[in-house]
Amino acid sequence: MTTPPSTLFDYVLGLADDALVSAQRMGWWISRAPELEEDVALANIGLDQLGQARALLTYAGAVEGAGRTEDDLAYLRDDREFRNVWLVERPQADFAVTIARLLVLATWQSELYVALASASDPTLAGVAGKAVKEVAYHVDHARLWTLRLGDGTEVSHLRMQQALDAEWPYVEELFAPTAGALVDPGALREGVLGRVEEVVVAATLSVPQVAPAIGGGRRGLHTEHLGHLLAEMQHLHRSHPGAVW
Amino acid sequence: MNDWPLWEVFVRSRRGLSHVHVGSLHAPDAELALRNARDLYTRRQEGISLWVVPSAQIVASDPGEREAFFDPADDKVYRHPTFYSVPEGVEHL
Repeated sequence: MTTPPSTLFDYVLGLADDALVSAQRMGWWISRAPELEEDVALANIGLDQLGQARALLTYAGAVEGAGRTEDDLAYLRDDREFRNVWLVERPQADFAVTIARLLVLATWQSELYVALASASDPTLAGVAGKAVKEVAYHVDHARLWTLRLGDGTEVSHLRMQQALDAEWPYVEELFAPTAGALVDPGALREGVLGRVEEVVVAATLSVPQVAPAIGGGRRGLHTEHLGHLLAEMQHLHRSHPGAVW
Repeated sequence: MNDWPLWEVFVRSRRGLSHVHVGSLHAPDAELALRNARDLYTRRQEGISLWVVPSAQIVASDPGEREAFFDPADDKVYRHPTFYSVPEGVEHL
């Protein structure tokens, strides 16, 4: 069975956009993190994600076969053409929210990339194989902070729980059936939730019981926040086409 | 507002060499100090091993006592192993 190029294009684009949009959100913390050391750590994580996004976007462009480069895809698409999940696109101006989201996203990417590394598509397998080590570190970073905030002071416990509650409705979209998926999203559900919930419980927090959000990012349906993020991210490139360092 | 304790960071750049002090950082505990050290001091492939030590645990010589501590070695050149020839190809003696 061969995946039709247009479906594979959408699938790769989805993974690329998850990484790209998350990287942009991580970048927001630069100069704003609670401590200089954490500032660098979050920026490092964002840069890892950006590297994954670049490789995936380049491959998506090749699959599409219309000559679009990574820059064309990153900077010259409108929000309805983005395929990322809702989890990554909403603002994360709260440190606990950033940690809760990173815990979910990185654990999901970790399971996904391990599976993709032995997938039938050699390019995706190569990109995923390299990213496995990066996201393992992201999971670790999120885990350590979840434990410290959850099992810290009364205030940090409360805010970490609120952050988990806020992110949880967006978890389910990660496991929704996706056209052209080389790794069945639903098959990752148990492994990802098992690992995340283990950390949540160890941090003396509770696993939220909330209804999932509608989602629809993989079909180009997004929250109001993505347009604002893209406006900032794409502004320079669109104002000065072809500008280089 | 930084009330995290200070840690000293040591990096070993490759096997066979010793850990070298590269700087310091703030972290709330040892586990995060090690990770902060990774992010701050090994971004450009500087190392394969890291140590972090609480700065408060380092006992340092007093700059005021420098002369008494170190000057007596000045006129004892015979302590330098310069009277031996080093075999060719030995890099890290």
